[in-house]
Amino acid sequence: MQRWLQQRLSRRGMILSGVAATGASALGAVLAKVAAQSGGPHTAHNGPAPPSGQSVHAGGHNVHGHMISMGDVDSARNGFDPSALLSDWTTGTTSKLPDGRTLRSFEVVAEDKEIEIVPGVMFPAWTYNGRVPGPTLRVTEGDRVRIVFKNYGSHPHSMHFHGIHSARMDGVPGAGVIGPGAEFVYEFDALPFGCHLYHCHALPLKRHIHKGMYGAFIIDPDPARHPAEAAVARSRLLGSAENREWQELVMVMNAFDTNFDGENEVYAVNTVGHHYMKHAIKLERRRPVRIYLINVTEFDPINSFHLHGNFFDYYDHGTTLAPTLKTIDTVMQCQAQRGILEFTYRDHEPGQYMFHAHQSEFAELGWMGMFEVTGEVA
Amino acid sequence: MNEAPVSSRVVTDAPSRAGFSMLDLLWLVLPVGLLGLAAAWLVFADPLKVFDTGAPPVEHLTFERTLLDGEGIHLKVRAGGSEPMRIAQVQVDDAYWAFSQEPPGELARLATAWLHIPYPWVLGEAHKVKVITNTGTAFEHEIAVAVATPEPSANQLLPQALVGTFVGILPVAIGLMLFPVLSRLRQGGIAFVLALTVGLLAFLLVDTVEDAMELAGRTAAAFQGHVMVVVAGLSTFLLLLAAGRRHGAPTGLALAGYIALGIGLHNLGEGLAIGAAFAAGAAALGTFLVLGFTLHNVTEGIGIAAPLLKARPTLAHFAGLTLLAGAPAILGMWLGSLAYSPQWSALALAVGAGAILQVIVEVGAYLVRSSGGTTAALSTPATIGGVVLGIAVMYTTGMLVKI
Repeated sequence: MQRWLQQRLSRRGMILSGVAATGASALGAVLAKVAAQSGGPHTAHNGPAPPSGQSVHAGGHNVHGHMISMGDVDSARNGFDPSALLSDWTTGTTSKLPDGRTLRSFEVVAEDKEIEIVPGVMFPAWTYNGRVPGPTLRVTEGDRVRIVFKNYGSHPHSMHFHGIHSARMDGVPGAGVIGPGAEFVYEFDALPFGCHLYHCHALPLKRHIHKGMYGAFIIDPDPARHPAEAAVARSRLLGSAENREWQELVMVMNAFDTNFDGENEVYAVNTVGHHYMKHAIKLERRRPVRIYLINVTEFDPINSFHLHGNFFDYYDHGTTLAPTLKTIDTVMQCQAQRGILEFTYRDHEPGQYMFHAHQSEFAELGWMGMFEVTGEVA
Repeated sequence: MNEAPVSSRVVTDAPSRAGFSMLDLLWLVLPVGLLGLAAAWLVFADPLKVFDTGAPPVEHLTFERTLLDGEGIHLKVRAGGSEPMRIAQVQVDDAYWAFSQEPPGELARLATAWLHIPYPWVLGEAHKVKVITNTGTAFEHEIAVAVATPEPSANQLLPQALVGTFVGILPVAIGLMLFPVLSRLRQGGIAFVLALTVGLLAFLLVDTVEDAMELAGRTAAAFQGHVMVVVAGLSTFLLLLAAGRRHGAPTGLALAGYIALGIGLHNLGEGLAIGAAFAAGAAALGTFLVLGFTLHNVTEGIGIAAPLLKARPTLAHFAGLTLLAGAPAILGMWLGSLAYSPQWSALALAVGAGAILQVIVEVGAYLVRSSGGTTAALSTPATIGGVVLGIAVMYTTGMLVKI
């Protein structure tokens, strides 16, 4: 009895129309009526229309109606705010080396920390400096970089930089993976310029990455080394007058598998799902926008970035001063791939402009956001 | 039911005592006091702290009811974790969706709550709901076929009653209408029909227990579904046995009444399942399928008629027996489509199984008595043949309804 019902309940076994087909007899007619009525008031259309006009979240835009997580994440408890994280550059302390070069020193600690990744859902993360993604380390091409790394976590960890360095400084087992309580100093020249990343390379790699051990590592080009494109290089160099014109944002595309089944429950940029839907990123119309986009999503082969109502130039890995892709509105990246996006809203009217992964699933599980473009139209 | 005389007999049979002494009272207070002390020490001294490895608490969530309507999807969930749990987010088809919880807040162990999700579900398609707790644990619930849940209205209940009539009442009535023919049978023929009844009841017992166990597997862990089925079934069996034998082993009309009750409870379970299928969207009860049920259940009527063959029942008796055995199918359909929870359905089926076991015993006893009171009557070719045929007929007609 129960068994045939189970069988019939399966999607493929549905034969709603079968009732009507046998409806010739009086009994069949009655049964058809029953079947139709159990379809209720919705047989005429596809399901209910959601009630409109209700905002379900604290602030921001409501273009996605009810398709959003409930509530808001407590950034104070997390100890980091994804809105502030966008342009929170860690430039280290500088000193001059005898040969005249700049030495940039950083201190990074690994620690275990529970973080809230979508409202109400806590994730037992492993972090750099208590935040996910870790600090955005920003240096200039040719700098000598020194990172003092201390492991206060419960597992072995490392910092594996995507950049040019010696095998001893690679942050892999045997060369910079350190146990809890230990300390290691990574040192190398900042090369090549571009948009890079660092992540833990302790094993198993998958677990260490998806638990939150990654961050952006940006090497600004040194204009003196690129005389032919010095102006472009200066616009990328943090602190220069040209660079101040730009609105620069770092976006680390990440995801979290909260129940550890090898599939992500939450997708985001900079950790908190739907954060930029609820707290739109404010942009000025007249100033150009530069996004340092990095993909560290675990378990899914690729991630992507799609911009609404606009197109951008793309510099794969950020290692060139001329775009590698011109005038596109969607770009995809495999894990650890990254690049620089440049665009402007100069000729747009003010308003809310969306951006999101164009894997709809990722978008609907948290990886979407909103630019709020403001400024008088000339 | 009717247990009062039984228990009073127990009390009278107990050795008489001249009341409780103070010493007796002490021996009652002491163990209870020890239990209280042990509990208090566990709570306040917290010696179990050494076992706290920092692991998150065990969480369980059971989906007990699913309603779909113009407002969206409504789910009744029951918590079953080691600690109170908190529902943080809801995904539908891999998208976060707004929802409201009623009542809001933490769900204590075994507490239930409704989740109201304004999701534009699609008629006839499948949806997957994922509930995520604050620890990140996810609980999935599949809506295999999205169909609006029937509402308790006359134009919904009446056609269901009609289906219930075809499944429950009509076959029993048809079976009972064979009474005049059956009553012409001699002793050997009557024994055969009684044995046939035992066979069909044995089939129903297995069928009912199987369904009850399957439903029990979908209940919250704390209900111990499978144990509940066994306990409820055996209790029903014993209670009915005791009640039925207050005035000696039941025969004739009384025995027919118990058979009708057992079959009625089985039909209630059958109705629950069909009603639940309506509620869950498997509304495709084809004509063929319902006619199959009718045929399948005709044997039930013959079974009820069997112990009446030596009695002189009136037409009112037949009507009463028909309703007792058949009408619960209608009731089951209504209940099943309106208020479907696995634990209640499992319980109803378990009670039905107990009732069927009771009538198997009583019909067997009646068969022995009416054949001269020797157990040799149980192993005659006619009896064995009757039992086997009863099972075979039920099994064969069962093929019509198992798809």
